Amino acid sequence: MTDKHMSTQFDAELSGISNRVLEMGGLVESQVARAVYALTQFSGETATEVLLAEERVNTMEMEIDRDLSAIIARRQPTARDLRLLIAISKAIANLERVGDEAARIARTVQRLINTGVSGRMRLPVADLSFEADLAIAQLRKALDAFARLDTAQALEVLRADDQIDQEFDGLLRKLITYMMEDPRTISASIDLVFVAKAIERVGDHAKNLAEAIIYVVKGTDVRHTTLDAVADAMR
Amino acid sequence: METSFAPLAGEKIKIAARDLNFYYGSFHALKHIHLDIPERKVTAFIGPSGCGKSTLLRTFNRMFELYPEQRAEGLITLDGEDILKSKMDVSLIRAKIGMVFQKPTPFPMSIYDNVAFGVRLFERLPRIEMDERVEWALKKAALWNEVKDKLSQNGASLSGGQQQRLCIARGIAIKPEVLLLDEPCSALDPISTGKIEELIHELKNDYTVMIVTHNMQQAARCSDYTAYMYLGDLIEFGPTAELFMKPKKRDTEDYITGRFG
Repeated sequence: MTDKHMSTQFDAELSGISNRVLEMGGLVESQVARAVYALTQFSGETATEVLLAEERVNTMEMEIDRDLSAIIARRQPTARDLRLLIAISKAIANLERVGDEAARIARTVQRLINTGVSGRMRLPVADLSFEADLAIAQLRKALDAFARLDTAQALEVLRADDQIDQEFDGLLRKLITYMMEDPRTISASIDLVFVAKAIERVGDHAKNLAEAIIYVVKGTDVRHTTLDAVADAMR
Repeated sequence: METSFAPLAGEKIKIAARDLNFYYGSFHALKHIHLDIPERKVTAFIGPSGCGKSTLLRTFNRMFELYPEQRAEGLITLDGEDILKSKMDVSLIRAKIGMVFQKPTPFPMSIYDNVAFGVRLFERLPRIEMDERVEWALKKAALWNEVKDKLSQNGASLSGGQQQRLCIARGIAIKPEVLLLDEPCSALDPISTGKIEELIHELKNDYTVMIVTHNMQQAARCSDYTAYMYLGDLIEFGPTAELFMKPKKRDTEDYITGRFG
């Protein structure tokens, strides 16, 4: 039993496109990390860097998409190969949206700075940073699972998604408390609600990626099912 | 290895094989085949050369009986009746189960006579009814418009794709119930292939169609069910969409994804 195709060129195309997805994943992961860094440090410079790099993310998505179409047209893949390419098509759409969330955070940072908000204002940016760490870890884990087509690790990602959701709920409550205590923080706090939501969405995209991995390996569509059903599908 | 599969839900079975074995002399070419062919559906057979897919097709109308050293054991039923053992006249079986081969085989006679030839073996039709039958068959085979003004021309004067459709017209003119197609497109260009595939799609309204093909994409395009065979064993059989998207057996997956070697 071999994992190699008779056509070594086809193997090269598939591993090439998979590597590019990982490269794109690494890029958006660092985009999110830098956007959150820009927030915690109130660094307009870093926010601008994130916005500049956004274009690279979009270009990568389009390039991978173009290569995908070419492989499908030329190779007419079936079964596992076809599932991999379909999953890649979905994965890069998710990664591109992760990039969008990073850009959204970066733009919020710029707005906060422009309206005179600074680190001196008492805002729960540390909590946001914690939520972001969770989301980034999820994304990294999902990408890692994608690289090795590791369904067990993909399942872990699905299991851990709840944590980010809980963190988001907690942040929301906290921000509401801030707004009630000091109405001068309302505008900035609303911005941070959207940042918290953006980070929560990054976690969702990591989850989608994990579901795509299970689809590639097991051939089962586990979207919109319970964790128990996913675990069943993996047996 | 005995391979057996759950009966297909909701399908009427036209042809069934049970513990079917086939030998070329001492060579065991088909091994314990257990298979149900659903009525009015297209079933495709895929597998590497020598896997037994053409052999299996040839057992369904006892084509192998032309060669004394070839023999089949087991059971093949057509509508429940055993066609291997029964005293059923072999030409009657072939009238019910028509066959089209890889290379177009027009007879050295006019287009009209090519189609009428088989009919004359079984029926005595008045001229006008025979005309109708020939027109009907040529229309079914999507060839009528191209040949209606030259029915008296020799069949060999047609292009390869037209010749193959002529052979299909000849096959269906005697109104069979099952049509066996043994790589009907392997000698044809993509346009002719497209026409034949379109035709296969039409034919399944009236006939049970079985097609052997080396072209996996062709099986994927035009069949409802697909059987994957390897070295005389039936490895996997199931709905085509399922077999090409999520095959149950690793061997099938390796073959259809080109990991076979």
